[in-house]
Amino acid sequence: MTGKLVLENLKNRPMRTLLSVLLIGVPVTLILTLVGLSHGMLEDAQHRARAVGADIFVRPPGSSFLTASGAMPDGILGALEKLPHVKLAVGVVNQPVQGVTLGIAGIDLKQFDIISGGFRLLAGTTFQGPDDVMIDEFYASEKGLKPGGRVSLLNHDWRVCGIFEGGKLAHIVAPISRVQQLTGNVGKISQAYVKLDNPANTASMVQHLKSDPMWSNYPVYSVQEFTALYSINNIPGLRQFVGVVIGIGVVIGFAVVCLSMYMAVLQRTREIGILKALGASNGFILRVIVAEALLMGVGGTVLGIIMSYGAWWLIRTLVPASIQMVIVHSWWPIALGITLAGTGFGALYPGISAARHDVIEALAYE
Amino acid sequence: MNNGHVIQTRDLRKIYRVGKLNVAALRGVDLAVQAGEFLAIVGPSGSGKSTLFHIIGGLTPPTSGQVLVAGQDLAAMSEAERTRMRKRTVGFVFQKFNLLPNLTARDNIAIARHIADNRKPDPAFDDILRILGIQERLDHKPNALSGGEQQRIAIARAVVNHPAILLADEPTGNLDTVNSKTVLDMLKDLNGRLGQTILMITHNPEAATYGHRTVQMRDGKIVDAEPGT
Ligand SMILES: Nc1ncnc2c1ncn2[C@@H]1O[C@H](COP(=O)(O)OP(=O)(O)O)[C@@H](O)[C@H]1O
Ligand SMILES: [Mg+2]
Repeated sequence: MTGKLVLENLKNRPMRTLLSVLLIGVPVTLILTLVGLSHGMLEDAQHRARAVGADIFVRPPGSSFLTASGAMPDGILGALEKLPHVKLAVGVVNQPVQGVTLGIAGIDLKQFDIISGGFRLLAGTTFQGPDDVMIDEFYASEKGLKPGGRVSLLNHDWRVCGIFEGGKLAHIVAPISRVQQLTGNVGKISQAYVKLDNPANTASMVQHLKSDPMWSNYPVYSVQEFTALYSINNIPGLRQFVGVVIGIGVVIGFAVVCLSMYMAVLQRTREIGILKALGASNGFILRVIVAEALLMGVGGTVLGIIMSYGAWWLIRTLVPASIQMVIVHSWWPIALGITLAGTGFGALYPGISAARHDVIEALAYE
Repeated sequence: MNNGHVIQTRDLRKIYRVGKLNVAALRGVDLAVQAGEFLAIVGPSGSGKSTLFHIIGGLTPPTSGQVLVAGQDLAAMSEAERTRMRKRTVGFVFQKFNLLPNLTARDNIAIARHIADNRKPDPAFDDILRILGIQERLDHKPNALSGGEQQRIAIARAVVNHPAILLADEPTGNLDTVNSKTVLDMLKDLNGRLGQTILMITHNPEAATYGHRTVQMRDGKIVDAEPGT
């Protein structure tokens, strides 16, 4: 019966209810989109790193797993290949082209094909000349590019020779010598991918490289270590940023509900008087108000989830190469909890003030 | 002292503080009402009739004096106790009907049962609905009901928990003659058939004749108690 009263109260002012739900839903969308982006970008980076097919990653001295560029002499590849168990060492030059999320990788296609099993071409051909780039389907769709089209990257005019299935290394790959030349890195690489005779030797090889004084300056990671580094905790400030957005979500939910329920309580002063005349306790009145707010919170969460699919669709359609977003189901209950906390607290003040209405005054309210 | 009296007040006083002024709404009311009685209360506006109802109905405490309703001493009760008392002991009927606008007539009655934790099936209540002639209108919301229908729903709601007393404050004040007569007939019917104790405030001398006796108030006191016709 209480539930019916709450529902009918919500239905009676559809505009107010919908607006409140929308306003509660927006921060939910923000939270879910931010979390979805974090997860999406990290998973994408992990996935692309893993798809290279290397067992060990070697990076330039002084770099971290997050720095896309940096340089070390490509002579280290030969040195790496001389080590026991190393089958192949492949160098790559990375250069960001847009923000930190989209980069071009300079590769030696033959070597890279051996280590990774090659790119799967969806259209066009592999490099036919030094000024050819291959792009993945995400970048192709984001920029509307087709094989034979031209694209300007690193202040250089390239011909798109082929489009490959994304999810490997980078969204854009070009011949390594041209990228080295354009970025002032002739004879240098920013990352070495090492393939072993047997992945089972990875741990001992990493150990060996770390203890060898010749390699001790070079950050060395197993593929597991490297991909594990792509976590929310390792991106500077990301955790705090998520926290701030959650805080904003709680405050907005709180404020929206506080205002909306406060107005509802004013409007319903007389009805509250009627309930109290019938013997409804202060707790009953408070429960009705809080239940209404929590219901709007649930509605807002559902709407927020739906709108996060909208954000996901927009990102996938408009900027699939630049940013990646995934739907993180495990955050739905968290978003719901955050919203219910905000809306529940927001309803407390209106609810308590409603419960404290003097019954005779409330009944006389016009 | 409670020889069949369902209501008994002694030297009941109520002083409202308005700003720095004390307004004496009741100045010593002594009233005794027998169970099963239908009492009409008349008097000029401002004479304290509604205040008396509010105290007897447990909506507000008296400033001083004694008030016993169905054996309970209301003057000694906390606000929460009075609220609990209202669930089953008192039924209110107001001039302005005071139905919950968002609920159907049926749910308006049901919520009074719900608040009173009254879960007992009550087949006899169908008879009451029949007496009130509102079975056909139960699925409408108040704004789809005429004033007379709304007041009959309000009466049904007031008696759904079989209260010891029914307090009706100018129940026909917002109704035309025809509907007034219907509502008064129904109150009389409820009183006659079920022995429902009813106290009714009215401005209308003709309405007052429906009661067994009439009590007159003036300046916060009962000035005259005369038997009804
Ligand atoms: N809540 C209140 N605050 C202050 N004065 C009140 C209040 N309620 C009633 N009064 C005063 O008490 C007196 C009696 O009012 P009331 O009981 O409503 O009379 P009646 O119902 O006979 O018209 C009036 O003078 C009225 O102004
Ligand atoms: Mg009055």
